[in-house]
Amino acid sequence: MPTGAQEDPHQREGNSMSELTRYRLWYARGAELRYVSHLDMMLVWERTFRRARLPLAFSQGFNPRPRFHLASALPLGFTSLCEVADVWLIETLPPDEVQERLQRAAPPGLTLQQVEIVPLHLPALQTMVLAAEYHIEFREDAPSDVADRIAGLLEQREIIRVRREKTYDLRPLIETLTLTTSSEGDKPILLMRLSAKESATARPEEVLLALGIDPTTTRMERTRLIFQEPIPAP
Amino acid sequence: MAIWPPEQIESVLDRILLKVQKPGRYTGGELNQIVKPWDSVQTHVALIFPDIYDLGLPNLGLTILYDEINRRADALAERAYAPWTDMESQMRSLGMPLYSLESKHPLQQFDILAFTLPYESLYTNVLNILDLAGLPVLAEERNERHPLVIAGGHAAFNPEPMSPFIDAFAIGEGEEIIHEIVDVYQEWKQSSETRETLWVKLAKIPGMYVPRLYEVEYHPNGTVRRIAPRVEEAPLPVVKRIVAQLPPPVTRFIVPSIDIVHNRIPIEIMRGCTRGCRFCHAGMVTRPVRERPVEEILQAIEAALEATGYEEVGLLSLASSDYTHIRELVEAVASRFGDQKITVSLPSLRIESFSVELMKELKSLKPSGGFTLAPEAASERMRRVINKYIPHEQILETARAIFSQGWTTIKLYFMIGHPEETLDDVQAIMDLCHAVLREGRRICGGRAKVHAGVSTFIPKPHTPFQWVSVDTMEQIQAKQTLLRQGLRGQGFKLNWVDPKVTLHEAWLSRGDRRIGQVILRAWQLGAKFDAWQEHFLFERWIQAFEECQLDPAFYSYRKRDLDEVLPWSHISIAVRPSYLKKEYQNSLSGTLRDDCRGQCYACGILPTFNDIRAKTPAEAWKCPPVRRKTPIKEKVTV
Ligand code: SF4
Repeated sequence: MPTGAQEDPHQREGNSMSELTRYRLWYARGAELRYVSHLDMMLVWERTFRRARLPLAFSQGFNPRPRFHLASALPLGFTSLCEVADVWLIETLPPDEVQERLQRAAPPGLTLQQVEIVPLHLPALQTMVLAAEYHIEFREDAPSDVADRIAGLLEQREIIRVRREKTYDLRPLIETLTLTTSSEGDKPILLMRLSAKESATARPEEVLLALGIDPTTTRMERTRLIFQEPIPAP
Repeated sequence: MAIWPPEQIESVLDRILLKVQKPGRYTGGELNQIVKPWDSVQTHVALIFPDIYDLGLPNLGLTILYDEINRRADALAERAYAPWTDMESQMRSLGMPLYSLESKHPLQQFDILAFTLPYESLYTNVLNILDLAGLPVLAEERNERHPLVIAGGHAAFNPEPMSPFIDAFAIGEGEEIIHEIVDVYQEWKQSSETRETLWVKLAKIPGMYVPRLYEVEYHPNGTVRRIAPRVEEAPLPVVKRIVAQLPPPVTRFIVPSIDIVHNRIPIEIMRGCTRGCRFCHAGMVTRPVRERPVEEILQAIEAALEATGYEEVGLLSLASSDYTHIRELVEAVASRFGDQKITVSLPSLRIESFSVELMKELKSLKPSGGFTLAPEAASERMRRVINKYIPHEQILETARAIFSQGWTTIKLYFMIGHPEETLDDVQAIMDLCHAVLREGRRICGGRAKVHAGVSTFIPKPHTPFQWVSVDTMEQIQAKQTLLRQGLRGQGFKLNWVDPKVTLHEAWLSRGDRRIGQVILRAWQLGAKFDAWQEHFLFERWIQAFEECQLDPAFYSYRKRDLDEVLPWSHISIAVRPSYLKKEYQNSLSGTLRDDCRGQCYACGILPTFNDIRAKTPAEAWKCPPVRRKTPIKEKVTV
């Protein structure tokens, strides 16, 4: 693989794809980063790479951005056990070293699980995502009839909701919605698998609202992303 | 109010943070924050910037104190900021107290609350923060169970307006005094004595001002008659603190996880200024000039880039061009960090072509927008009045050099309202802007732009202009109208300051102790975030003045008598009042006073800090070296 070693390590003029190495990162986002927006998280990553002295490739064009592509943006307020992103570097280093250097430079709450080199020609990650699973805990007492509400919701043929002034049907985007209890057995926990295709993504808060549950009374975590083809799991 | 444990605060935060803008302001947990186990230390200090996180986090003064205190094994420092109004209403509706970002302890649980007061428009926020912390805002209503409330920063050189709310002020530089405060506090706490005892102990620390140990008497006309200590331990005057040499700079800056305005590494290259511009508060109160060695600055940049991942470095000082090794520094920065694509800013450059060379060198790192120059005045007469003399032709020559080197925008900073200013002097500002734009057009055609930032002069305590009046609302408006008419059209942009904002700052900056009542009343009427246009309400302040039976014009428009006891006359910046008076008279006669590095004008710094100067190497200060004032005893006996 070409290394682009002669390149200016932080050049901002944009890099042509053939000189780059594509890395896939698996990582978790803990409570410290729960209130960091998707856009701010990009800045957090960019600085983490700079601290790790890993030369990011930049997009071409008037306002070059780092080539850092997420599988699926994590909504504000969530933690996650299963984030996946692709990043292009203009240097080829062993994945272990990349992981180790990133972890050392990472802010609190960012845990690198695995880093791999993947072929440049693979399709964009976000086109590969099918669904996402979420684990919703109640911070206070859950409504006593939550099981009935779930059953009622799933019985509906369509669930019309309005988001950002657009009307859409939430029902087909809910793949599964179940109730279980925490490992200590004392707290109800909602598990949901929602469509996360590029054109049809459901947000867990919308499901909660449809259930008549205020999302701010819960703690929401993304636990799994499901992809079209199996990608190497951490 | 019941004490909220950190767990309760965290759990309530979980419930409310998704309901507020930018929740990342309220969580802490950023890279490089320091969290010590609460019970592992004796003394807990909360460092508070009285505005929102976005503005407070980059504050260098608090960053230095955070580092100093957390180096101690027996103390910890955590941070707090003013919550924005949406967060405040959430907190108030739940009765949740303001807390520190690191450990989420309510501010009430801290031993010391330390505010920085960089400018006056933050004053009402201090009251609001004390109230949100569940503390009485008035110092006299707090007791031994409450934290000690201290303050410092540039506005604290006139501590009187905030004196009803603050237990003790640290005057001057904080690096050393903060340790003495913590030590005294620890000693007092173990003794379980009264709060008054603590005040007296604090007053014995050089540079500490404890307002309740002083009595102020007034003349019937409202001016101060006398400021006198109530106890013998309270010094008169309170002389500001300085450090003999600047310690190595902080490099592990806290890196916010959310986007804020100033994402950059601040490295102070020099403190103080020898130019002696007569309007400049910072230039007077930060004397003497002390520089950091080039190598120390370079190492700090290196370490800070690694610790933060920032892309921008600000080399801070009041006058970059006066840094002795500025060329060497700039060349070394360019060569050492040239491959990292960082932006390096160098503020406050002199208006001369050498500055253009320096910026050219730095620009090669990464292109940056405009080039800023601060002539401050445009007529020959005004330049002599303010003692910032730059010949007209030199400004145009510098502008030509800037445009020729590829910059297309020049930002020019001016002030209107200097003492003795007329509309002709304001006209000169416009003429100069036009002349600069003409130069730009000749060199880069229609792309040339001139941005004029025209603020309004506010007389500040401890400066040669501390006696003069501020322009009236009508005068300011007339001058601004003239500017607006003369600086419109293609290529110009004009910024100015709302005269109401200027007057507000003018009342507070030269206020006396009684102004504290006005601040209290204004806050009770709802004033907070006065620095924010959408929150500042002039009429509210007028009402507060009326209710307190004080006349705002007394503070803003009144020309002080040269013999008047000024409300800050018990605070010494080590520059003699007689020197300030002489400088004021020089301004009236249009007499210039050169940079004092060439010749010492005996402003008062050296006699005050004779001992410190005698112990520091000659090249560490820009004031001439001294010999110890009193001969050493042994020698006398020989
Ligand atoms: S003591 Fe002399 S050299 Fe030092 S700041 Fe004052 S006038 Fe300047």
